[in-house]
Amino acid sequence: MKIPNKLTHLRELEAESMYVLREVAAQFDRPAILFSGGKDSIVLTHLAYKAFYPAQIPFPLVHIDTGHNFEETIQYRDALVEKLGARLIVGSVQESIDQGRVKEETGYNASRNRPQTVTLLDTIEKYKFDAAIGGVRRDEEKARAKERFFSHRDEFGQWDPRNQRPELWGLYNGCKNVGEHFRVFPISNWTEMDVWQYIYLENIEMPSIYFTHQRRVFFRDGQWLAAEPCMKLKPDETVETRQVRCRTIGDISCTGLTLSRASSLEEIINEIAATRLTERGSRADDKRSETAMEDRKIAGYF
Amino acid sequence: MENTDTKGYLDMELLRFTTAGSVDDGKSTLIGRLLYDSKSIFEDQLEAVEAASRSCENEEVNLALLTDGLRSEREQGITIDVAYRYFATPKRKFIIADMPGHIQYTRNMVTGASTADLAVILIDARNGVVEQTVRHSYIASLLGISHIAVCVNKMDLVDYSRTVFEEIRSAYRRMSADFISGHIHFIIPISAKLRDNVVDRSAPMAWYDGPTLMELLETVPVNRPQEHMGLRFPVQYVIRPISDRFHDFRGYAGRVASGILRPGEEVVILPRGQRTRISGISLAKQQLEAAGTGESVTVELSDDIDVSRGDLIASADGKEPLIAQNFRVTVCWFNQKPLRAGNRYLIRHTTQQVQGIVKSIDSRIDIETLEEQTGVESLAMNDIATVSLKTSAALAYDPYPVNRVTGSLIFIDPDTFETVGAGMII
Repeated sequence: MKIPNKLTHLRELEAESMYVLREVAAQFDRPAILFSGGKDSIVLTHLAYKAFYPAQIPFPLVHIDTGHNFEETIQYRDALVEKLGARLIVGSVQESIDQGRVKEETGYNASRNRPQTVTLLDTIEKYKFDAAIGGVRRDEEKARAKERFFSHRDEFGQWDPRNQRPELWGLYNGCKNVGEHFRVFPISNWTEMDVWQYIYLENIEMPSIYFTHQRRVFFRDGQWLAAEPCMKLKPDETVETRQVRCRTIGDISCTGLTLSRASSLEEIINEIAATRLTERGSRADDKRSETAMEDRKIAGYF
Repeated sequence: MENTDTKGYLDMELLRFTTAGSVDDGKSTLIGRLLYDSKSIFEDQLEAVEAASRSCENEEVNLALLTDGLRSEREQGITIDVAYRYFATPKRKFIIADMPGHIQYTRNMVTGASTADLAVILIDARNGVVEQTVRHSYIASLLGISHIAVCVNKMDLVDYSRTVFEEIRSAYRRMSADFISGHIHFIIPISAKLRDNVVDRSAPMAWYDGPTLMELLETVPVNRPQEHMGLRFPVQYVIRPISDRFHDFRGYAGRVASGILRPGEEVVILPRGQRTRISGISLAKQQLEAAGTGESVTVELSDDIDVSRGDLIASADGKEPLIAQNFRVTVCWFNQKPLRAGNRYLIRHTTQQVQGIVKSIDSRIDIETLEEQTGVESLAMNDIATVSLKTSAALAYDPYPVNRVTGSLIFIDPDTFETVGAGMII
């Protein structure tokens, strides 16, 4: 068989991510995958499956549960865990709130995005994880453009952009002192388009809410939000039924829905190609200030 | 905006490049231009930049604001760290490693250059070739980047003068003559701000008949070194499933560093030197007939021999790598704590980590004159030098110019665990 002179960019990205995942398995004692149920963590888990086949993925999946989830996400998560024979660990934001570890935000724009950083750090501490693997991409946001594959965090879980280790060639340095840990981002070099094209190429099953469906929604600050019980409506807001899909999946309180009729992967890809807004443009948590992501990352967000 | 053709997109290839320039050469503007003109910037990003430009009292949209991300950088108008940018055209996907031009330049440029296929080096047409131009070109060639695109920027400020451009081109060729052999250089007159010769051809510079920067980026070959190179497959991880179905399975996971893996081929396991054959290659459930450079796969061997992480599976046909415990290494020093002869470090090479002692500092390169200095006692941050290194175990390697994977290593401080230096084996 003749080997083509070139790898396609999707196969090269796949190979790079599998390489990073194997480095994590080899260099750390207790790694874990942060699994949100969103497309990036689904692709990440698929890459881990491919990297270690026919053995099982050598790390558990950790879900930081804000308690405000789309039902479909939880069903998908449980089915995937069973299919892979993986271990699932759930860190509950509700529990952190009940224990007084963090205070619930109030008001109409209350989100469990900030409290989930506390739950994440508590879960890492409780299970003594030394590497938390996340599906973060550098194209998502400007502070993330400067992330490493192996991102060093001090004892307080903090990210210091000035004190990151230079990453040369494929030589990732995971050496650490007691109490320190790493966040690892194997799909750093992927864009939103790469993720969807790869899902299409590999025919990965996706949660139904990524495809068009009817949902009860309301309009706030330029975006459609799901009218779920955890959302408090302002007096002038009205609920209506629309044909929507999720472009990104997070906590219900900050996941904007796209009016869309895309019912297949091809249609989603074409829709993204024609879109004039970034996907994080539909995330209310980034709109709080110009440096919202930088501030959350320094505090220990992923 | 990326390609809408699903099939076409699946066939795209990837080019990684780095950008370097001195302060105010217009590097961020050039990147902003590439992103903007290839429609890779979305409306909300452009709106954010327009809002930020207004608050900085800039009259027009400042494209540089697209790339300077962190708050502290915006406040000081500088770039702290290597930032990665992405864009795609219907032909290729691009990854830019954007280097800051001022502080810690050597460290950042070496980091960005280590994974790049091409380097873009900017020259301000008003200033011509400066010290930093020499330094950037030297580092790009030291790191083994095969294609260098020198962009003479701000041509609009010298009236698009052909004479000015040609003088700069001659000066660049003269000064880089010592180290550019084996590297392919293109020299392009551009105006990143007014878009001449970036994506579209320049009307005022109709006298220039070479490629635009984008044409170059889309057509430069990204060859995978293979047929003529020996096989190098560093073992990353041993896969041993705990299940009845795969009871006897033992797979060696890794990424092909060079050459081609083929079932049936005889290989040697280094550094111990046992010989065996490849019995199978797989990518998850898929059995492969071959795997080339850059592919992550799992390999099975015919014989039940002891192979572990850090071992190298290599050709046994006369193209074997070298094996040694003593090396001469070109090192770029990254840390405030100086390197001195006698210092001990952890050395990470391919998939293994060993201990190392620096036996001597043989010579340091004066980055301004490119002359070698001897009798040097210590290396400071951003110094480049040749040192003699001894490792606690034998390493199977190739010289860096032959193989960037098996020829590279990093120095790790044994107390702080920071990455303190980059090494290229001579």
